[in-house]
Amino acid sequence: MSTNTPTADQPLLQVRGLDKHFGAVQALTGVDFDVSRGQVTALCGDNGAGKSVLIRCIAGIHQPDRGTILWEGHPVHIHTPRDASRLGIETVYQDLALADNLDIVQNMFLGRERLRHRLLDEDEMERLAAEVLSNLRVTTVRSVRQPVASLSGGQRQSVAVAKAVMWHSKLVIMDEPTAALGVVQTRMVLDLMRRLRDSGLAVVVISHNLNDVFEVADRIAVLYLGRMVVQAPAAEMDRQRVVEYMTTGGQTVAAAQGPSR
Amino acid sequence: MTDVRNDPAATSGSGDLDTELMPELAAAAAEAVIPPEIVAQSMGQYLHGWWTRVRGGDSGILPVIGALLVLGVVFQIVSPGHVFLTADNFVNLLQQSAVYMVLAMAEVFVLLLGEIDLSIGFVGPLAAVIAVQLVQPATSNWAWWLAIPVALIAGAAWGAIQGTIITRLRLPSFIVTLAGLLIANGVMLFILLIGPFSGYPLLTGPSHNQTMLHNLMNASIDTAVSWVLMAVLVAATGIFMWLRDSRRRRHGLVAPPPSLTLLKVAFIAVVGVILVAICSVNRAINGNISGVPWFVFVVLAVLAFWTVLLERTRFGRYIYAIGGNPESARRAGVNLARVRTIAFALCSFTAAIAGLLYASRLDGMSNNVQGGQDTLYAVAAAVIGGTSLFGGRGRVLHGVLGGLVIGVIYNGLFLLGLDVKWQYIVTGFVLLASLTIDSLSRRGATTGVSTH
Repeated sequence: MSTNTPTADQPLLQVRGLDKHFGAVQALTGVDFDVSRGQVTALCGDNGAGKSVLIRCIAGIHQPDRGTILWEGHPVHIHTPRDASRLGIETVYQDLALADNLDIVQNMFLGRERLRHRLLDEDEMERLAAEVLSNLRVTTVRSVRQPVASLSGGQRQSVAVAKAVMWHSKLVIMDEPTAALGVVQTRMVLDLMRRLRDSGLAVVVISHNLNDVFEVADRIAVLYLGRMVVQAPAAEMDRQRVVEYMTTGGQTVAAAQGPSR
Repeated sequence: MTDVRNDPAATSGSGDLDTELMPELAAAAAEAVIPPEIVAQSMGQYLHGWWTRVRGGDSGILPVIGALLVLGVVFQIVSPGHVFLTADNFVNLLQQSAVYMVLAMAEVFVLLLGEIDLSIGFVGPLAAVIAVQLVQPATSNWAWWLAIPVALIAGAAWGAIQGTIITRLRLPSFIVTLAGLLIANGVMLFILLIGPFSGYPLLTGPSHNQTMLHNLMNASIDTAVSWVLMAVLVAATGIFMWLRDSRRRRHGLVAPPPSLTLLKVAFIAVVGVILVAICSVNRAINGNISGVPWFVFVVLAVLAFWTVLLERTRFGRYIYAIGGNPESARRAGVNLARVRTIAFALCSFTAAIAGLLYASRLDGMSNNVQGGQDTLYAVAAAVIGGTSLFGGRGRVLHGVLGGLVIGVIYNGLFLLGLDVKWQYIVTGFVLLASLTIDSLSRRGATTGVSTH
């Protein structure tokens, strides 16, 4: 941040001094959080640490009480999920929010249907959906006209991610994407995250599963009781220290590791 | 014809290739719940896929068509003098079914949302009594083309108010529309008593405007014109389906095999020919009455418009989405309250059309409307046709087919000399059977998913 390089090194998203309280509960206190392009940032923390509140502030569901959010270096106010979408922020929630009775194409375009002569342009939507899925190498889906009810957990997650990235989004936030999945399906989703990163997107993933975190994350950020206690490259962290940060806020970890960058 | 025989052979080769390349994950397990037309490349594969799906519990409109065929054959055999399938009785049967068909199509809108509208059985007659009163030459003497839109708009407004109460005050549709049923009944009786008709305004009078309403149910289009119209409609539908499917096949999009497209077009053509052929038989005792009745076109028009609205527009897509997962629709930016309110308005609007058919058949209006029963028949018809009570699954066509089942039962039992109590009992059992199928197929679908 001391250099003058315009955009290359600058984080895509910078959260500075974010406060949020619900009634008497202080959910977030002075949280700083950086997310860069082409990186998977894992957001860790115990239950109640404020992970969900933080991403909801970024996604426009909650309004922070204090603090600023910089998007591509400019301060922004994200009041609604629509605002977030306009900036290029898409969130994949844990429940995925897919309609079981609709097929993959219909789900991916829900709310943003393509029209032709005022009627749904099914051909165009199907073509685009198939394109996005094949770019993400979601090949296990047999047909894009398959109802979502017939998909496996990993396939659903893939569809939800594809739905999120097909709108030229720059940041994809995933809330516990592997929590309900088996081994094979988890691998599928982790691969998908890598592909998003490799295509230059920023990915934020909330996870309890440290195996997944260390397998896929480039950076790790840990929240403890509403405070950001550490943000560091994954290579500089190990499982033991992440657990310490998550459970004690890092008091027992040697503070000598240096300030979070 | 050679095209058709060659094509599946050619494409089934590439189908095999696909399965070879396909990773193991997407194996046969998924097959059970995928609509057959989206994976099948040839007729054989299609039938196989269809059968897998039937065993999985989801069989589309085939059960209700099967039920209609069985009922038809049984009633033809047991009816005295085998009159069930005569032209005379067939047109009569269609007349008896028409009101239920349109009422059921109305109900589909709200059932898709996972809601219910119990008011339509009296909202329809309320709209009808407005139209009937307006065209009375002794009082207002309005033109028919003015009275009909006013009645339909009144129906839609009634539904919009109910929908607004349900969505804005977050009250259950079950209770709000039950209240609506009672209120509409009362208001209808009020309007019925206006004017010097002792509560029985008629459509049999001398005025052209009365006659036009009377004609809805009772007049027919000339036989020759019927044939031409049918040919044009079938040809247009067939060409549209063929062009759409072949364009999708050309662009590598999901499409049924050509033989299936042809089969569907052929089926529509056969139904059209049978319909017009039966209607072309002289069904008058004296003189000559033949041709396709007007109301058939009313039913077809409602079916066509609402099918396009539900399956080809954004609004329709949102109705399905809300029925499937309201939360996903909300997050997608859908205005739930607005879509729901409009759906209730369209439901009542359609019920008003059914009301006009009812009045036309009755040749007037009286206080003898069985509105509560008609409502329940409409819900039953939609469910018998294949629309789910749990929201998200169903088509307008289901209303037509279910309404026909109700009409067939009514008509067939009547021919047997079995009165209304038998009609209630049989219809009740048919409803129970179709609801069971609906529920079991949902359970089948869920267990199908959870096993892999």
